[in-house]
Amino acid sequence: MTETAYLAAAVIVSALVTWALRALPFLFLRRLRHSPVLQEIGAALPVGVMTVLVLHTVHEVPPLDPARSIPVLVGLVATAGLHLWRGNALLSIGVGTGLHVLLASTLPGVLA
Amino acid sequence: MHTDPTPTVDPPVIGTAQGPSAVTAPVPVVGAADGGFLAGLRDATPAGLAAVPLGLAFGVLVAQAGLDWWWGALFAAVVFAGSFEFLLLGLVTAGAALPTIALTALLVNVRHVFYALSFPLHRLPGAAKIYGTFALTDEAWALTASPQAQRWRAARILAIQGGFHLAWVASVTVGALTGALVPDWIVGLDFALTALFIVLGIDAARARRDLPAPFVAVACAAIAGLLVPGGMLVGGIVLFVAFLLVRIAVRRRRAARSAATEERMRASSGVSGERGRVVSGVAGEPGSASPGVGDDRP
Repeated sequence: MTETAYLAAAVIVSALVTWALRALPFLFLRRLRHSPVLQEIGAALPVGVMTVLVLHTVHEVPPLDPARSIPVLVGLVATAGLHLWRGNALLSIGVGTGLHVLLASTLPGVLA
Repeated sequence: MHTDPTPTVDPPVIGTAQGPSAVTAPVPVVGAADGGFLAGLRDATPAGLAAVPLGLAFGVLVAQAGLDWWWGALFAAVVFAGSFEFLLLGLVTAGAALPTIALTALLVNVRHVFYALSFPLHRLPGAAKIYGTFALTDEAWALTASPQAQRWRAARILAIQGGFHLAWVASVTVGALTGALVPDWIVGLDFALTALFIVLGIDAARARRDLPAPFVAVACAAIAGLLVPGGMLVGGIVLFVAFLLVRIAVRRRRAARSAATEERMRASSGVSGERGRVVSGVAGEPGSASPGVGDDRP
């Protein structure tokens, strides 16, 4: 498979799975709207999924390698702290990512 | 203090709503307030602005991965699942197999299944339903989750979705086009994704005042990651759903028990059950949980 065909297939597969997840539930879930269990899971799930996703995106960072772990730690604390304090998504993501980029780009050189 | 917002107790709010008729909550009398296309664009503006840095970051990552800029635009326009696009980029640069990609898409996006519970799809005419479901992102769902949205006009809902879609594709495209200008030694833009998840998680936890949930989720992810190497994402979410099911079962049993106790007390002492409930609710004594009220305290 060529690079282009592979990428196109990956995009199509991803789009189909995602659209199916978004569209198919309307066929049966509308009738289950009154189910308190589904209501509760639907409402409580995002917190859990987001938390797991945060950990998933950083779990391969070696904690004992300061050049890689310090930027992530600073980014996590800055983003969460700013968001708890100000509640401004743009600010939290911007500052958190900015600090991470700054440290991740410079620390390896400084510490080496 | 502990005004537990658990929706378990009040299914009627959305639960019994058969379309818009049952949502009798505050309906603005001013018809103009329920605008169309422009109102939708206005609704979408904050989310669209928030998507700009993230879209730029994703575009730059596409360029840094060595892909042509239009792949970024294609990812953004066709897949249109912000967070998953970052993961997809990592998968394709690692040459992951298509079934792996499909499975990851399934697991990361399975949360969308629950969006059908509240998204006002019934407001969209025939063909527009296709776009409405295709573009049912976290942001589109969050912006249309209010009871009032059940009455919005199709133009407003589609403007929210289309406006956000446009902002996302444009940001990614600009990022991918200019990404080559970003020097190679600048790394770490992918943290924008982590930051997005943090922000969405905090917002979700705030909206529900569900304090234990993030801590339980951390434990779920840690356990899953330790038990199954590489299974943190899937295992963590599965464990978390299991936790939710157990919590619901425990709350129900507790609610049933306290309802029975109250019934007995009312029968024996003649005290008005209604009054007793109000008093215990105000006092907030742990032992006198009001019937059916989920207790979010650990």
